[in-house]
Amino acid sequence: MARALINVPPKAKRGEVIEIKTLISHEIESGFRPDSVGKLVPRDIITLFVATYNGQEIFRADLHPAIAANPFISFFTVATESGKIEFKWTGDNGFSQTETAAITVE
Amino acid sequence: MTHADQSPSTTRRSVLIDAARIAGGALLVTALPGSGSATPAAMLGAMKKVMGEAPLRKGKVKLELPPLIENGNSVTMVVSVESPMTAEDYVKAIHVFNEKNPQPNVISAHIGPRAGRAAMTARIRLADSQKVIAVAEMSDGSFWSDETEVIVTLAACLEVL
Repeated sequence: MARALINVPPKAKRGEVIEIKTLISHEIESGFRPDSVGKLVPRDIITLFVATYNGQEIFRADLHPAIAANPFISFFTVATESGKIEFKWTGDNGFSQTETAAITVE
Repeated sequence: MTHADQSPSTTRRSVLIDAARIAGGALLVTALPGSGSATPAAMLGAMKKVMGEAPLRKGKVKLELPPLIENGNSVTMVVSVESPMTAEDYVKAIHVFNEKNPQPNVISAHIGPRAGRAAMTARIRLADSQKVIAVAEMSDGSFWSDETEVIVTLAACLEVL
């Protein structure tokens, strides 16, 4: 399991726009980098990042090799109700990881 | 010879420019065997895939990148779009393209009225000094953009392990 850091405000007012920050540890090997003998290192990247809020998709990003290693992505959403925000990263070589964060909306 | 009787495809100037382009292309290929590079044309192709034939207008989008980048391996990029983000008028997606990385696409983020604010941050790689373009796809089908020229002193992708 790759290490993931997620920053969601634990509490928010109903209707407030909140910023969500995510970071996951991953090499993001672009597939364009030569190794010491000049052979290209095979591509191994994260291709998709999806965030869902109580089951509803709130953010989806298609990622390409131009994303830096240990991808950091932040975005906004409206705090509508208490519940869970789920984050899923999917990538090459069967990479898949899901993390969740709880939010309380008053 | 008057200006009017020169057909654009056969002027001395265009022949020289074409020859220079071919020579330049051949040089690039021999210098970097096996590593393709996106070109401004490849970038336009990638943009066309997203936009179709819709016109691209300037404005509404703000692409923030440091103008001078010392390390292209990790560059913080902020894209924000002016939009009320209501159910009738919102940003559907934010796409970022580049000219000179091996591939023209950087990220395509799909959002909606639920986002509240049309903005995102990501850390990206830049292989060379180049132009980066952010395109916002609106709910009414229009496309708006902002572009930035960046100077990269240490390029991503090319370091040897």
